[in-house]
Amino acid sequence: MLTIADQIFQSRLFTGTGKFSSARVMEEALLASGSELVTVALRRVDVRDEADDILRHLAHKHIHLLPNTSGVRTAKEAIFAAQLAREALETNWLKLEIHPDPKYLLPDPIETLKATEGLAKMGFVILPYIHADPVLCKRLEEAGAAAVMPLGSPIGSNKGLKTIDFLEIIIEQSKVPVVVDAGIGAPSDAAKAMEIGADAVLVNTAIAVAGDPVAMADAFRMAVQAGRMAYEAKLGAQGNLAAASSPLTAFLDEL
Amino acid sequence: MSFKEEFDRYGWDEVKESIYSKTAADVERALGSSRKTLEDFKALISPAAASYLEPMAALSRQLTQKRFGKTVQMYVPLYLSNECTNICTYCGFSLDNKVRRRTLTDAEILREVEVIKAMGYEHVLLVTGEAVQTVHVPYFKRVLELIRPHFAQISMEVQPLDQDEYEELIPLGLHSVLVYQETYHRDDYRKHHPKGKKANFNYRIETPDRLGKAGVHKMGLGVLIGLEDWRTDSFFTAMHLNYLEKTYWQTRYSLSFPRLRPFSGGLEPKVEMSDRELVQLICAYRIFNGEVELSLSTRESEKFRNHCIQLGVTSISAGSKTNPGGYAVEPASLEQFEISDERSPAEIAAMIRNAGYEPVWKDWDASLILND
Repeated sequence: MLTIADQIFQSRLFTGTGKFSSARVMEEALLASGSELVTVALRRVDVRDEADDILRHLAHKHIHLLPNTSGVRTAKEAIFAAQLAREALETNWLKLEIHPDPKYLLPDPIETLKATEGLAKMGFVILPYIHADPVLCKRLEEAGAAAVMPLGSPIGSNKGLKTIDFLEIIIEQSKVPVVVDAGIGAPSDAAKAMEIGADAVLVNTAIAVAGDPVAMADAFRMAVQAGRMAYEAKLGAQGNLAAASSPLTAFLDEL
Repeated sequence: MSFKEEFDRYGWDEVKESIYSKTAADVERALGSSRKTLEDFKALISPAAASYLEPMAALSRQLTQKRFGKTVQMYVPLYLSNECTNICTYCGFSLDNKVRRRTLTDAEILREVEVIKAMGYEHVLLVTGEAVQTVHVPYFKRVLELIRPHFAQISMEVQPLDQDEYEELIPLGLHSVLVYQETYHRDDYRKHHPKGKKANFNYRIETPDRLGKAGVHKMGLGVLIGLEDWRTDSFFTAMHLNYLEKTYWQTRYSLSFPRLRPFSGGLEPKVEMSDRELVQLICAYRIFNGEVELSLSTRESEKFRNHCIQLGVTSISAGSKTNPGGYAVEPASLEQFEISDERSPAEIAAMIRNAGYEPVWKDWDASLILND
């Protein structure tokens, strides 16, 4: 079972709430996904409005909100936004997103580390969105991140696990859960991330803009389960280790 | 290097000729390439691309959904003043136009705000003419402070300002600034802006650089279509966008493509642009740049707007009034231009939903701009 901070998750599929064609479709898709942790952009919801369309459709007992700081450009802005989100949404969980580059939404490692250091002291459960940078992941772990969220490829690109070699190093080295975030375009990408040992994946665009978001959410649910099962069952070794017709080490038997 | 220095190395006529000499093979190469260049953009806006409109539309739609999802952003203009010391041949608020001038007072602004809020808006675009005696930076500061508590996102379309003036306004909640070049054709620009501060082409073309240096969150670019050859003007817009994205990489960008609209005593467009050509331009912008926001105002007709949200446009206005006081204070006063799509925000939102998209009223939060 996946545990982050003191929270146990049955589902290893985390989801986002952006880009859906309606709040109702979003709700149905999230229910189909089985996801228990969903990100909510502070910029999209009206926290002063109890009838906010997005929040209203997320009011399910098994769904925990993960506010994100999308829109901030610096550690200072992120810390301010985090405090606001904590107060308004009554959770100390935070997806820390600092991407000052609005074109590819790539995360700023320096500001992210600074903000993590500050927020950890304030008692936040921080899940930082970052590049698939193994050293940065260790630094964030030391700074008090509850998990790390390296990207598979740029947000919304649907390009899959372009960073797989680095994800494998991160998974090997990490003492906190590794959630592969961004770029997962198809259930097979999610399954692959789980097979290599990711603790969870976060999927938004691939579900939200699918022809049938609800069916796609279900497909991701199964893919994540299948990938995890395969990881736990231990995949067979890969490679071409066919026996050579004249074994190179046969002479050893004759010595 | 500033944009002006880069721009000065280009000749209008050469660019125009280069666009018009693009071939079907150039268009196909542009559509197939993984990273679009400015040469690709020329091909996509060229006459040769006209017969590729359907595949361009399909690609544009796919790219738009990938980035923006099935959503359309909603905004509304709030005209604060029609006082203006510029003469612009195409504008209803031009100095030489006989129209009663008015700048809204604080109390009047709040009455307008009330109506706009009741329509559901969280994103407001403040618009003024250029009248430095009355509509100046202290006025803008006062207005920002006045309305900031009421909106999640505040944009501004006023006269170009100096960098330090933008730096004063941004911490007060100013999220985006729109500054349209109108045309990149120097001689034609002079002809259409014979008097007032706006006559200074260089100051205007350098405005996005000043905004970028001031660290604005988003800026909007565009030309007024109808003044000059739209293909050439759009090429320079795309080039400007390219330059800005590389130079001020922390800023978001949006593009508009307003076509000249009639107003009382106004100018006939020199260059007509058909609906088909406007769709070609929208798709070309999207294929060239998957991340830029594309905005369409109520200048365009109902039917056209209904379809454009599925082709690449990501942001639209509705229920707009283009006269100061138009929502509550003085609805009957003269408008800057005649709007074409007169449907209410609720009707537009229903249209968007019926098309399978979500109208997004709020996509920013006042708390995301620190006031320090």
